[in-house]
Amino acid sequence: MNTHSLKHLQELEAESIFVLRELAAQFERPALLFSGGKDSIVVSHLARKAFHPAKIPFPLLHIDTGHNFPETLGYRDWWVNEVLGAKLLVRSVQDTIDQGRVTEEKGINSSRNVLQTTTLLDAIEELKLDCAIGGARRDEEKARAKERFFSHRDDFGQWDPKNQRPELWNIFNGRKNMGEHFRVFPISNWTEMDVWQYILHENIPLPKIYFSHKRLVIERDGVLLYKSEFLVTKPNEIAEERIIRFRTIGDMTCTGAVESTASTLEEIIREVAASRTTERGTRADDKRSDAAMEDRKKAGYF
Amino acid sequence: MHRPSEPDTMENATYLDMELLRFTTAGSVDDGKSTLIGRLLYDTKSIFEDQYEAIKATSDKRGEEYVNLALLTDGLRAEREQGITIDVAYRYFATPKRKFIIADTPGHIQYTRNMVTGASTANLAIILIDARKGVIEQTMRHAYIASLLRIPHLAVCINKMDLVDYNRETFESIRKTFSDFATKLDIVDVHFIPISALKGDNVVDRSANTSWYDGPTLLHLLENIHIASDNNMVDARFPVQYVIRPMSTEHHDYRGFAGRMAGGIFKKGDQVTVLPSGFSSSIKSIDVYEGELEETFTPQSVTITLNDEIDISRGDMIVKEDNQPQVSQDIDVMLCWMNEKKLIPGGKYALKHTSKDVRCIVKDVLHKVNINTLEDITDDKTIGLNDIFRARLRTTAPLFFDSYKSNRVTGSLILVDEGTNETVAAGMIV
Repeated sequence: MNTHSLKHLQELEAESIFVLRELAAQFERPALLFSGGKDSIVVSHLARKAFHPAKIPFPLLHIDTGHNFPETLGYRDWWVNEVLGAKLLVRSVQDTIDQGRVTEEKGINSSRNVLQTTTLLDAIEELKLDCAIGGARRDEEKARAKERFFSHRDDFGQWDPKNQRPELWNIFNGRKNMGEHFRVFPISNWTEMDVWQYILHENIPLPKIYFSHKRLVIERDGVLLYKSEFLVTKPNEIAEERIIRFRTIGDMTCTGAVESTASTLEEIIREVAASRTTERGTRADDKRSDAAMEDRKKAGYF
Repeated sequence: MHRPSEPDTMENATYLDMELLRFTTAGSVDDGKSTLIGRLLYDTKSIFEDQYEAIKATSDKRGEEYVNLALLTDGLRAEREQGITIDVAYRYFATPKRKFIIADTPGHIQYTRNMVTGASTANLAIILIDARKGVIEQTMRHAYIASLLRIPHLAVCINKMDLVDYNRETFESIRKTFSDFATKLDIVDVHFIPISALKGDNVVDRSANTSWYDGPTLLHLLENIHIASDNNMVDARFPVQYVIRPMSTEHHDYRGFAGRMAGGIFKKGDQVTVLPSGFSSSIKSIDVYEGELEETFTPQSVTITLNDEIDISRGDMIVKEDNQPQVSQDIDVMLCWMNEKKLIPGGKYALKHTSKDVRCIVKDVLHKVNINTLEDITDDKTIGLNDIFRARLRTTAPLFFDSYKSNRVTGSLILVDEGTNETVAAGMIV
């Protein structure tokens, strides 16, 4: 057996670290978009490794919908300040609403998910960012399967999926004109299973809501939604307590839970392996239409 | 029916022990490429219920008789509406043995550009041949690109065997035609497999219909083909990507050179030369987050510190004193043109090679390649989208490179239009 070969997780890690260093070298003002979800946690962990023993040479930026799980915010402050020792910037959707830049959605399926795009693009402009680092993966969703590592955005922050730059070998072209920026996705080639296995292997702490717990939920179109103060419910939707956990973490109003008793990483991995639905299957925001993600991405979404 | 092991038996130890195989699929319209990928994903249980339900619903809506597995790979609205694939799509699946990344490239629009993109990172290419049609022009084109991009392994799948009654002579005759053609190419490792993607013969399960065939199934080949020697492990190359200077009291004097091994092996203590300065030093440490390594090999990402204070920055390359790459400003390359805007003869372009950025002039187009006949074209030197040609470049600063044949990392480059910033060409150094 050849000892000079990498196992697949090591190879993925080496590739992601390469991409993080490449963007740090090619861009003047990058920032890592941090949601407190497992993917952005893994990207920030990789960034810590990439620049060690120096600190992460760019800030982490949280676009706060105001509808976050409180556990996520507590985790965010601890992880970024205490563990990474990185700089945290927060820009909030509430401010964007107060400035009259966007209008809050009304009704049953209202969510601030779409509104985040404006807050994000405003933040990119305000902070003069030329690169926003994201934790998106190509296996998540069909529009994302066509995404580049270095993804160009025009001066309106828009993605043009039909006119993407070809990306060859490991040579990344981050050249751009003034006002344009890039989205860079270091874990493009990871799958949900890779992320979970890596978290286990690296012993990365996660927000508690990824693990099984009791919670008040309502069931809507087969999705379990947390009955938070922000969720608008129909009269016939009755909240009940269930044993659940979250597979992804986003806005409270549109992130679905799954019934689960998995309380350790090993149990979660077993559950993910046996699962017959994708993790975004629990996301109400993706169910709006066949091209929901593509449309949001074109407009500048994460 | 044989099924790969249930995913939930994939315990951690197994999972951490898997290798990664990147492959690309090339095929023409209607030769069953999407069906084959769908079959691989479906039979390895890599399609989830919600994905399956979604494409089933779309198929039903369109009045299609069967669940159209091609919808799995067509991710963009325009692609679904027009029933075509526009761009390279990446797919993932795993068996207990290996993890796979498929670069699925469309067969028609901008075929060369997309195939070259998909091929650039692949260890293996699947080439599909319709058993009823045999080797056609597109097959040769795909094989040529696979050889040009030096994909180490080829799996030639002769598909739709069910439609030729699993006839052995048909298979053998196609195998011979392809092999004769392949002698003109630089292809090392070719495997021929008779399959039916639709019926599943020899894709995941061995087929009873081809008892005359004693080779592996496609999945067996993908799982077992030896890929550990695909990287150049002889010529140590370390392009410096980023300089790490912590500026903290704890690591006051630390100066680390971060990068990814582009070839060979470095050990602590190795005598090295830094290009372009030519200064010598030795490796003081090979650092990763977890601590120090005794040695590092391609394609690891590490940080190297040296025993002497030498001025080193991004774009420099650390090599061994007794094994150095070529250093030159005049470079012969095979280029694939990827942009609608034609090449400007004598034009200036930005050039990216490993971590180095320079500018270059395309001094001379030597010849174009007719990728259907492999003949050189010397009387027409107009270069447009999808053209493959040999050219001579003059760069503003020397590059440190190897031939693409000996190293895919230090032998590859891209050209960028300085006006639009678009990537216009992929280059393989001759």
